[in-house]
Amino acid sequence: MSPEKAEAYWKENIAMIIKLLIVWFIVSFGCGILFINELNAIEISGVKLGFWFAQQGAIYVFVILIFVYVKVMTGIDEKYGVHE
Amino acid sequence: MELQSLIYLFVGISFAVYIGIALWAKAGSTKDFYVAGGGVHPIANGMATAADWMSAASFISLAGIISFKGSDASAYLMGWTGGYVLLAMLLAPYLRKFGKFTVPDFVGDRYYSDTARLVAVVAVIFVSFTYVAGQMRGVGIVFSRFLQVDVNTGVLIGMAIVFFYSVLGGMKGITYTQVAQYVVMIFAYMIPAIFLSLQVTDTFIPQLGIFATTTFAFDSGISVIPEGTYLLHALDQSISDLGFTEYTQPGNLWNMFMLTTALMLGTAGLPHVIVRFFTVPTVKDARISAGWALLFIAIMYTTISSVAAFSRVNLINNLQNTEYKAFVNGEIEGNDGNWFKTWENGGLIAWNDRNGDGKIQYATGAAFDGAKGKPAFDGDKRAEDGHRLVTNAKAGADEAEMAKGNGIANELYVDRDIMVLANPEIANLPNWVIAFIAAGGLAAALSTAAGLLLVIASAISHDLLGQVIYKDKETGKSTLNEKTELMWARVSAVAAICVAGYLGINPPGFVAQVVAFAFGLAAAAFFPTIILGVFDKRMNKEGAIAGILTGLIFTFSYIIYFVFLGGVKEDWLFGIAPTGIGTVGTLLHLVVALIVSRMTPEPPKEIQELVERIRIPSGAGDAVDH
Repeated sequence: MSPEKAEAYWKENIAMIIKLLIVWFIVSFGCGILFINELNAIEISGVKLGFWFAQQGAIYVFVILIFVYVKVMTGIDEKYGVHE
Repeated sequence: MELQSLIYLFVGISFAVYIGIALWAKAGSTKDFYVAGGGVHPIANGMATAADWMSAASFISLAGIISFKGSDASAYLMGWTGGYVLLAMLLAPYLRKFGKFTVPDFVGDRYYSDTARLVAVVAVIFVSFTYVAGQMRGVGIVFSRFLQVDVNTGVLIGMAIVFFYSVLGGMKGITYTQVAQYVVMIFAYMIPAIFLSLQVTDTFIPQLGIFATTTFAFDSGISVIPEGTYLLHALDQSISDLGFTEYTQPGNLWNMFMLTTALMLGTAGLPHVIVRFFTVPTVKDARISAGWALLFIAIMYTTISSVAAFSRVNLINNLQNTEYKAFVNGEIEGNDGNWFKTWENGGLIAWNDRNGDGKIQYATGAAFDGAKGKPAFDGDKRAEDGHRLVTNAKAGADEAEMAKGNGIANELYVDRDIMVLANPEIANLPNWVIAFIAAGGLAAALSTAAGLLLVIASAISHDLLGQVIYKDKETGKSTLNEKTELMWARVSAVAAICVAGYLGINPPGFVAQVVAFAFGLAAAAFFPTIILGVFDKRMNKEGAIAGILTGLIFTFSYIIYFVFLGGVKEDWLFGIAPTGIGTVGTLLHLVVALIVSRMTPEPPKEIQELVERIRIPSGAGDAVDH
């Protein structure tokens, strides 16, 4: 693999990781902590939204994030021909 | 069948399965011993990781902590799951590509230094022992309750079982045992949770139970909350009646932020979790395996929040204004208090009849004088009605305290660690469910203890003996042959088990808190070093060593000073609690490593090439020996 191609692969990898980590930060630290009081004003079936994010919601999103990462990353690997 | 016989039966069957697997998966080579031969299927690895990582603290203590702290304890739920996102994206694939056996292996090779390797070995041993101490206490608690032995004997039994499958099977034995342990754990957790959810809310899926309404009129002792109220509304109202902060009301958001961060970074930095990603065949498998691990963990973790809420409701509902004598003698229809007597015998629950009405009252405040309101039992002496006597019972009603709790003085001490174990009994669930939870609690504690012990053993035999002490100066290779190293690996495992057993018999503190400290240390010691090793080509050995030492020493001193040497809350740095200080330790590590590395020579060319190779997934091949 040429150094240019390797660099392009790495850049694409980093760009995707950053995007996914932004989502990771928003659902956990954002919804579950920093804006928990604001979100708690919204209530669904007796459960305050901020409380739900902190106790369950963030976890569901984490699982989805990893599977999205695997799928996109496999695509990038194939595009650059570095898959196994 | 009698409860006790059922417990022996369930625990006996599960132990037989673990030992059977250990015999089947005996390690024949160092590669089997350290990384299970490197051919574990990603889904199996996901299950093993989940079991490895969900400890006695998760299984036994976590729901109890959330039950008593409510919204504030969400930090544990988010922290202990969010770290997997970091692990999947920033660590696992690259470590798998790197393809060695242990975390010190990575540190030693990437930073081309035996000093760095040695520092990493010390850090691994340190973090793992801190953690394993908590596990061993968990093992003791579960055994003492379910096998009717004292805690020390319980620890010894646990040591014997772990000894059997980790010394014999190494990582290979542990991996497949952990798959079985995950299955036992998840059933043991979900079945009672489903029962509870049906009982309290009529909802089959516990995760949805908190959205449902109560199936009974709920009497807090102050007011009666009508049937059909939303569960969390009923809980909020009842505990604020009793003088507690509302369940869903968040407290100190700053500390919640710091603790969540420390737990996330720690999860991604824990050596016994990281090493699990060396055991799968390819880089892609390492990525997906982190996803499976988190999915398996999430099944239990999203249930924990519901179990916590149900159990607080249940506790109040079953105990408030219940006549002690009739209760413990099983004379109250549909509310058998036998469990209360059992835990009272174990010293984890106590009652102090402050108003002399013979009934149990629960409210905010301590029923006993002294540290954390813990009862000091007066030997085995008992009052006329059968409750255990204590020497530090608070006499009479305390006006100031009662004003907070709308006129009730608290008479009850409940150890938070018992909530999950006692829950099925509190809810009067069938005996087989209770027996099952015993097997699950043991699986949780044993699987994590085994994983940690193996990491300690590998750090000693592979890294310390193989790569530092018995290293040929000329070739840089270990002079130990395979057979001798395997023998040393087993000897190290035995030594580690003995130390862990000692720590279990003389535990350094409250289970989940000790675990939180281990996470802080893991975060501050490892997370930045590995990330920088992959993402910063310019990072050199000087930076790495300075960073690890800074992170570890800072975090450790802060915890020791404020937890064990009597430091006071007012002196906390920026108001950060010791459990969350790992975040600052990690930050310091990062800053020091970056500054030192830029002031010292750049790493050799072959190391920079190594980093480039790690970044590309293809050609991972087998985990290679030196």
